[in-house]
Amino acid sequence: MNFDTLTPELPRRTFLKVATASGFALGAFPLAILAQGTPPAAGLKATEQPSAFVRITPDGIVTVTINRLDFGQGVQTGLPMILAEELDADWSKVRSEHGNANPAYVDPAFGMHLTGGSASIKNSYTQYRELGARTRAMLVSAAATQWNVDAGTLRTENGDVVGAGGKKLGYGELAEAAMKLPVPEKVALKDPKQFRIIGKPTGRIDARAKSSGQQRYGIDVRLPGMLTAVVARPPVFAAKLKSVDDSAAKAVKGVKAVLRVPVDRGGEGVAVVADGYWAAKQGRDALKLEWDTAGVEKADSARLLASYRELAGKLGAIKYNADVSKLASAPKKISAEYTFPYLAHAPMEPLNCTVAFTGSAAELWMGTQMPGLDAFAASNVLGVAPQAIKVNTQMAGGGFGRRAIPTSDYVVEACEVAKAARAAGLDAPVRTLWSREDDIKGGYYRPMHLHRAEIGFDEQGNILAWDHVIVGQSILKGTPFESFMVRDGIDSTMVEGMKEPYDVPMRLSVHHPQVNVPVLWWRSVGSTHTAYAMETLLDEVARATGQDPVAYRLKLMGDKHPRHKAALQLAVDHSGYGKRALAPGRAWGVAVHESFQSVVAYVVEASMDKGTPRLHRVTAGVHCNLAVNPTSVEAQVQGAAVMGLSMCLPGAAITLKDGVVEQGNFGDFTVPRITDMPQITVHIVPSAEPPTGIGEPGLPPLAPAFANAVAKLTGKTPRDLPFKFA
Amino acid sequence: MATLNVNGKDLAVDADPSTPILWALRDTLGMTGTKFGCGQALCGACTVHLNGAPIRSCVTPISAATGQKITTIEAMASDRVGKAVQDAWVKHDVVQCGYCQSGQVMSATALLKTNRKPTDADIDAAMAGNICRCGTYARIRSAIKDAATQLA
Repeated sequence: MNFDTLTPELPRRTFLKVATASGFALGAFPLAILAQGTPPAAGLKATEQPSAFVRITPDGIVTVTINRLDFGQGVQTGLPMILAEELDADWSKVRSEHGNANPAYVDPAFGMHLTGGSASIKNSYTQYRELGARTRAMLVSAAATQWNVDAGTLRTENGDVVGAGGKKLGYGELAEAAMKLPVPEKVALKDPKQFRIIGKPTGRIDARAKSSGQQRYGIDVRLPGMLTAVVARPPVFAAKLKSVDDSAAKAVKGVKAVLRVPVDRGGEGVAVVADGYWAAKQGRDALKLEWDTAGVEKADSARLLASYRELAGKLGAIKYNADVSKLASAPKKISAEYTFPYLAHAPMEPLNCTVAFTGSAAELWMGTQMPGLDAFAASNVLGVAPQAIKVNTQMAGGGFGRRAIPTSDYVVEACEVAKAARAAGLDAPVRTLWSREDDIKGGYYRPMHLHRAEIGFDEQGNILAWDHVIVGQSILKGTPFESFMVRDGIDSTMVEGMKEPYDVPMRLSVHHPQVNVPVLWWRSVGSTHTAYAMETLLDEVARATGQDPVAYRLKLMGDKHPRHKAALQLAVDHSGYGKRALAPGRAWGVAVHESFQSVVAYVVEASMDKGTPRLHRVTAGVHCNLAVNPTSVEAQVQGAAVMGLSMCLPGAAITLKDGVVEQGNFGDFTVPRITDMPQITVHIVPSAEPPTGIGEPGLPPLAPAFANAVAKLTGKTPRDLPFKFA
Repeated sequence: MATLNVNGKDLAVDADPSTPILWALRDTLGMTGTKFGCGQALCGACTVHLNGAPIRSCVTPISAATGQKITTIEAMASDRVGKAVQDAWVKHDVVQCGYCQSGQVMSATALLKTNRKPTDADIDAAMAGNICRCGTYARIRSAIKDAATQLA
């Protein structure tokens, strides 16, 4: 999901165009939100007003509102650090809280409420610096008035305005007067050399709360009289009900109602509403349901694979169109087919959304990456104006993309349940809660893909022609994102990460089959598969021509990619690659990849343990420009590496048989455990340039680096994910 | 009406005896520090101590806990070992989304109560039942070792 290729104004305009041209409901949302925003200070947008972002209480506590969802990536600490830097705040007194669907909290570059594309720090870096600087200027002004001196004679330090002779006024003492002053439009920002908070390794604001069970998440919301709903969804996506026998379900103690509700993709479901989760789940288990699956397509992984293979034999929509005629005469060739399965996000906090619906207005509580879009979807379902929807964005227990759904699926469903419950006479807030099985079986997967590549090269490893086809569902077709992220029939999220940074003569074409399986971006999106294909294929060319894979990559990059080279060199230097002898049975693996404008390189050590590949050590080189919080950058790369590793491990696949998802919980959709964890060290290339993304870029290069080590050990590149070894 | 002893207090719980401890804690008693992750004892997010031993509260019915001592994450700040673990968690900035961390802290505390000098293999064995989807495992290892040192 790389939004950076868009001009800032384009998405907003396009959303409006979608709204008027097709009447597509979601597209109208920004209209509503723009109409609401009337900036109190002339000349400044809602996103530039300190009043929406900074609250200072008399005790000097500074609370910074974040315009994003924190679902682990650490923006609840990073964004306040940026603001506090320019504010010259006392960091020990800085707190933070989530914003909501208010217009002030849109992404300033993208113009909508969005946490995604690793863009939170990148797109709000200047915004939060200016907010801090504006607030500081107002506090200085207030002090100048109180002391009756020129503001230019004052300075600020660690939460105080300091005057002649070292006299001080705390921000807490000045806040009330300062907030009544005009908001300055233009403010000077610090030279990065003066930074004392930005760039300093800083512990998370929420570390204590999350280590002690005190942190509240969406699932922990408790409202007076609140009921819990569990929904029986169709076994095949979009199927309808044939019959419902709810007599046993209604007999379960605590069950209040059993309700037929519309579910995602035009399907039908049954919601069991009870006074708690356990009763609701017992009720659902007691339902006797017959489904009508005759009219819906029954996707089947084996059949899909066969049809994807057939498609890959044909030229698709053209992304790159190099001349590949030299393939036939190339002295050396690689012919490869890769397969990537559907993958579930499986955030640890099961999906949930709590809705308090009064009939004319509603309040929602959920961890969401797109509160504005969700609010609009809720207003449609509930039949009330968007302004009558209040979204309370909650800390989320992970997401990895699953909480940024163009269809707002779990929010829409929770609203349907709340509406049906109200119609059935239940005047209470309703929390719809998914079980883990609901989550694993409920769709919105990283799409299944098939790549096919034919590469012709010479004895020196010069690539003469590279013909590449990708087959996989489009994530964005049929969504409001389609008009600006699907071009010439190619979903940009599917081809991101192909070709660059290697100047190779590539013909790349894609096929987007339509399949009855809901798909979605999954941490690092297209790069989850493109980086794997690119980086293992290049390694293979290097091995086939007897070249060192690091030197070969550096040669191909030439002089055009200094950040790639710096990240790769840093990982190489710290790993001891080429200098240190490995333990017997181990091999090196290398990969480097740019996503979300940051580059991560891995040098890894792996072995084969009784036929099973095992990852022992990972050294990361990272170029994300300025690391606002190096502790957080390290954490994100560590975590993304684990999720990258997850793609390789046995059991990391969602498969369908005759339309039914075959996995259901962490027993059969497996994710890495501590026993899979390699040793990992993260090294950051120093830079003072404005920060680029870091939530996702650590993921893509891990699997190919691991695979390249496995290829060295076994002589065969694993072409199918997860790795298949007997 | 069952009586559960939670963190040293006897509490009346109006729930069916088959109700898992997890839902008695969360929905009946309003103690939301213990988390629901999988409902099948596969992820460890719901870990509590029953008479000091770590159990998965999502599959343990309240009928199995009558007359016994349940200890939850809410009591760890006032437990010597639990507090050392939490302090190490903060010092090493372990958490990301944090959702699994109540369970991680409970498993780590149970380990350090019986093994004051765990090896890497001991740590992996004790923590293998706790999934962290954010991938905080490296820092979990460091924090447990640090907590062990602090407690020594």
